[in-house]
Amino acid sequence: MAAPIDEPAVRHIAKLARLQLSEDEVRRYTAQLADILGYVQQLAAVDTANIEPTSHALPVTNVLREDVPGPTLTPDQALANAPQREGNFFGLPKVLDQEDA
Amino acid sequence: MEIHVQLATRSKMFCACLVEPGAPPNERVCPVCLGMPGSLPVINRRAVEFAVRMALALNCTVARFTKWDRKSYFYPDLPKNYQISQYDLPIGAGGHFRISTKEGGDRTIRIRRAHLEEDAGKNLHEGLDHTRVDLNRAGTPLLEIVTEPDLASADEAYAFATELQRLVVWLGVSEANMQKGQMRFEPNVNVSITEGGREFRTPIAEVKNLNSFRSVRNAVAYEVDRQRAQWKADHGYTLDQHGKMNFGWDDVRGVTEFQRGKEEAHDYRYFPDPDLVPVLFEPDWLSEQAASLGELPQARQARLRESIGLSEADAATITADRATSELFDTAIAAGADGKVLGKQFINFWSAQANAKGVSIAGLGVSATRIAELAKLTAEGIVSASAAAQIAEKMLGNEESPTAIANREGLVQVRDESATQAWVDQAIAANAQAVADAQSNPKKKQAAIGFLRGQVMKLSGGKADPKLVGELLEKKLSE
Repeated sequence: MAAPIDEPAVRHIAKLARLQLSEDEVRRYTAQLADILGYVQQLAAVDTANIEPTSHALPVTNVLREDVPGPTLTPDQALANAPQREGNFFGLPKVLDQEDA
Repeated sequence: MEIHVQLATRSKMFCACLVEPGAPPNERVCPVCLGMPGSLPVINRRAVEFAVRMALALNCTVARFTKWDRKSYFYPDLPKNYQISQYDLPIGAGGHFRISTKEGGDRTIRIRRAHLEEDAGKNLHEGLDHTRVDLNRAGTPLLEIVTEPDLASADEAYAFATELQRLVVWLGVSEANMQKGQMRFEPNVNVSITEGGREFRTPIAEVKNLNSFRSVRNAVAYEVDRQRAQWKADHGYTLDQHGKMNFGWDDVRGVTEFQRGKEEAHDYRYFPDPDLVPVLFEPDWLSEQAASLGELPQARQARLRESIGLSEADAATITADRATSELFDTAIAAGADGKVLGKQFINFWSAQANAKGVSIAGLGVSATRIAELAKLTAEGIVSASAAAQIAEKMLGNEESPTAIANREGLVQVRDESATQAWVDQAIAANAQAVADAQSNPKKKQAAIGFLRGQVMKLSGGKADPKLVGELLEKKLSE
């Protein structure tokens, strides 16, 4: 288990999630998240020494589709909910480029 | 080095949208690749097969069990706010790949991992005060390949990039068109400097999204020089102090540009994607895939070099692409002499192909006809130069080289009396050259060459050069 949740951790998580929190909210969410993690922490009591980690809850594997193209949306449908539209593009305020692929 | 290879599937990685570079904006999208709530991704079988084949060709161990993870970050070209990728259980790991370098001979580059993921869309903001987003590319299958830090120079990075592209195209897993961004390279560069018995390491610069072999070489060379100079000016410019930084490459100015440092490094919060179930590979299926890879280009190149005696460069040209290499092998099987055929591939078939902007196989001349021309040459029925002329006339039709040689009067004359007549005529007409050949040791070779040329000219290119040489020598020594 990682370090217990504290206010700097909540601020970091909020930044990653692009959330602006007031000081009051930081305090409130720190307490709430600590409660949640404390509850889940009960699982740490289970002895998992000889148990393979599970990556998925369903006993299902190999769900694949054939490489066959299917229908797509029209640009009007695709852009119907866009807050801002620029011709057939999504429009937004200028951002700096160069992120990871 | 990190490499992204766009796999040559028809549809996207997790949805059925057509992969079509250059389609009008936002016309190849659906609820899945737009990240609409409630939509569910389904894995493209062919993308998985391509990834496995590539991993096997890179001598990776293919995981029996592989899963999908979400890599979270916010960016306008990433509609779900996470990219589906593979974190701790990539399809391939622990491989190796050989390259040959000009100075260093053969080098083995270890492959750390090869995993599947989806591409992002495209942000466009050239000359605009705002950003436009086209999500057609979002969800296109990518194979990310990561090497161990085994590349030691700009030239090695270049050699690795070109060799990897040959393999990718050979296997048919990607078109690997660099201009179209179907293969993108990200070298991670730093320099180790020893001074006063101490080793210093400069900060790692990751140069993003290089899309030409030349830019790979130039960007690495530029970074090596820049880092060395920066460390000289400030010995605190080290990996310990600065960590890893991201740079872009300005191809026009030939410089890298700082983008972000370690304090802005991402926290991607990988976790298993609950929408996708794991993929298990059966050992039998993996063996089938491995067996069906066939002889890979490097092995084939070595075989041509060793069994036929072709030079490394010539063997590389013939094995540049799979169809050409197979054409060569089929022509040999049809009876062509390997050495003669190798010469003809290098001397004129490749020139014809270059002129037309295709591969040699792309010329569409059958192996049978190519073999026949090589046989005519090997048997001395046509001369090497006549063969080049015949080859030109073989394009775009089905006429046999023998028929062309007959029609064009290119069959070599090996009749001794006819050849003797041309020799006599040439000797009679060139008294000075004859005198030089007989009594001027300095000019002898040149004079004989000149006379041989005259004989060939008189014969209209049809005389057998070997016979001409013999008859000339005999006549001159009389």
